[in-house]
Amino acid sequence: MRFLFKTSYAQELGLFRDNVQRNWYVALFAALLVLPRVVPDYVGDISLVFIYGLCGLSLMVLAGYTGLISLGHAAFLGIGAYAHVFFAHDLQLPWIVSVALACVITAAAGVLVGLPALRMTGVYLTIATLAFALIIQEIFSRWDRVTGGLKGKPVDKPVLFGFSFASELAFYFLCLAVLIGALWLTANLLRAPTGRAWVAIRDSEIAAQSMGVNVAVYKTMAFAYSAALMGVAGALFAHKISFLAPDIFSVLLSIQLLLMVVVGGLGSLHGALYGAVFVAILPVLISQARDAVPAWHGLDRFVKQPGLEPGLFGLILVLFILFEPLGIYGRWMKVKLYFAMFPLYKRATFKRQKAYMRSERLR
Amino acid sequence: MDTILQLLLNGLAVGCIYGLVALGFVLIYKATELVNFAQGDLLMLGAFTCYMFVVWYGLGYWAAFALAIAIVALFGAALDATVLRRVIGQPQFAVVMLTIGLGAIFRSFASITWGSEIYTLPTPFSARATRLGGVTVSHEYVSIIVGTVVLCAALYAFFTYTRVGVAMQAASQNQLAAYYMGIPVKRMFSLIWAISAGVAAIAGVLLAPVSLIDINLGFIGLKAFAAAVLGGFGSIPGALVGGLTIGLIELFAGAYLPHGVKDVAAYVVLLVVLAVRPQGIFGAVGRKKV
Repeated sequence: MRFLFKTSYAQELGLFRDNVQRNWYVALFAALLVLPRVVPDYVGDISLVFIYGLCGLSLMVLAGYTGLISLGHAAFLGIGAYAHVFFAHDLQLPWIVSVALACVITAAAGVLVGLPALRMTGVYLTIATLAFALIIQEIFSRWDRVTGGLKGKPVDKPVLFGFSFASELAFYFLCLAVLIGALWLTANLLRAPTGRAWVAIRDSEIAAQSMGVNVAVYKTMAFAYSAALMGVAGALFAHKISFLAPDIFSVLLSIQLLLMVVVGGLGSLHGALYGAVFVAILPVLISQARDAVPAWHGLDRFVKQPGLEPGLFGLILVLFILFEPLGIYGRWMKVKLYFAMFPLYKRATFKRQKAYMRSERLR
Repeated sequence: MDTILQLLLNGLAVGCIYGLVALGFVLIYKATELVNFAQGDLLMLGAFTCYMFVVWYGLGYWAAFALAIAIVALFGAALDATVLRRVIGQPQFAVVMLTIGLGAIFRSFASITWGSEIYTLPTPFSARATRLGGVTVSHEYVSIIVGTVVLCAALYAFFTYTRVGVAMQAASQNQLAAYYMGIPVKRMFSLIWAISAGVAAIAGVLLAPVSLIDINLGFIGLKAFAAAVLGGFGSIPGALVGGLTIGLIELFAGAYLPHGVKDVAAYVVLLVVLAVRPQGIFGAVGRKKV
């Protein structure tokens, strides 16, 4: 077992825990650089994973770190996508400016949702964001002049500083760069007072308030930041799917985004990325598993029904909530601890405390 | 004038359905503080079960109705006993995600068992109407309103006059105290889930002749949220009043406001209520004491 011996406060605040961890990240970065050479056929899919990772990051800040559960993040993704396409195509603004404007607009939308959210707690907020998303989806399909309405809107490939990102490979590196930038920014925010305040609000709003955290400001900030990240993700997503239609940004997408952070592991940046990989890989795995099912008593016909897949997603969600609430990241921590303490692993370390009913009602 | 009366009638009928689904939310929330996002999907299961008995097995409408209620209610109780009891005391979030997942499973189950086509349920009220003055009173709508009134009266009587009903109220007000009084709290919760699922099934069967049956019938639950929130999430009369209000607003918005407003009217009302008066019309105001 390895102990971390800290000799200065700077170490406590550092971006990486120690040099070993930093080296692992460097190795991961190098691997991502050569990955397109190793699996050239999957470059497009991996860039989608990066975009999902951005979405996961955004939702992780809000749900995992600030404890505000939003069922309306598909709406922010949509606002970002439509705003970017409107600025870049219809107004012919440069790409960077267009993405920045899309960011500002989604952040403003986030504040708009966040402000009334200050008066709500728990499930009311979830319902409010859900209502917001449904209204926004209706606006997408009605506001023909900007969104193209139900007919949809085609999207060109991005062009930056005269350099075209039309090829899958170039787009892969663009997504990777944006993801790394967002990760770095978020990790920095989370170890700064802002992030600490968010975590404090998540753990106990009353305690945070008594310690001098301005709950209203930080909650709004979390909403704005999360929405802005979603805006960037939306811009990339628009290029990725190259055709925007209102029914893409449905409640089901919001649920899928939430599934991503839950399965990945709430309250960790790693979790957001694990979740993104999981959500992107799962449909591929399911379709391959379907082909492999033998024709035994019509079992193959049963598993090939189109309605099965959402149910499988639901089942996975239910199983994770019931048996591994910390998600893939939590499982990984357990595996790691098992090997670190090898013969002495104590199952009780992660035993869930017996939970009694915790009332959120005001009395 | 006739148009307004007509809209009023139709709006009340639609509102009754929202009210019934909202009632299901509220019953469960009051008792266990879980918010059941799968309530709409239970409604869908109820409608499909009734359809199955009527069309596939040729049972009479009323027998199929009763069977559908019984089956879905039993299913609700089983759901509580096996799955939902495990998450009591977990953060709200876990419950929300869990019920969303369950809803997805139910929809998937329905599409595999009954197919993803759109069905009509033949009922004794289908396509029959009486003209009263200038208003067309369709029997389907009347059946919804009458069904809701009867059901509410029955539930009211049950919760006020029976021992089990009073025990349930006690369990939802203070679990620990109820437990000390010898009330089997867990069984009460299962029973509440059964009632709530049964109410959803009734709503589903009543709704079936008006709106066709398909696997996405459950999305009506989203609008019922607006009803439940409008009435204050923990209030049973509030849920019904909220449902009626949403139904009326929706129908009148459809008639007098531009196209597309009808679909979002419920959600706009929901957002406004949450922003202005988060505790709803009937909700109690209280400050948390630390």
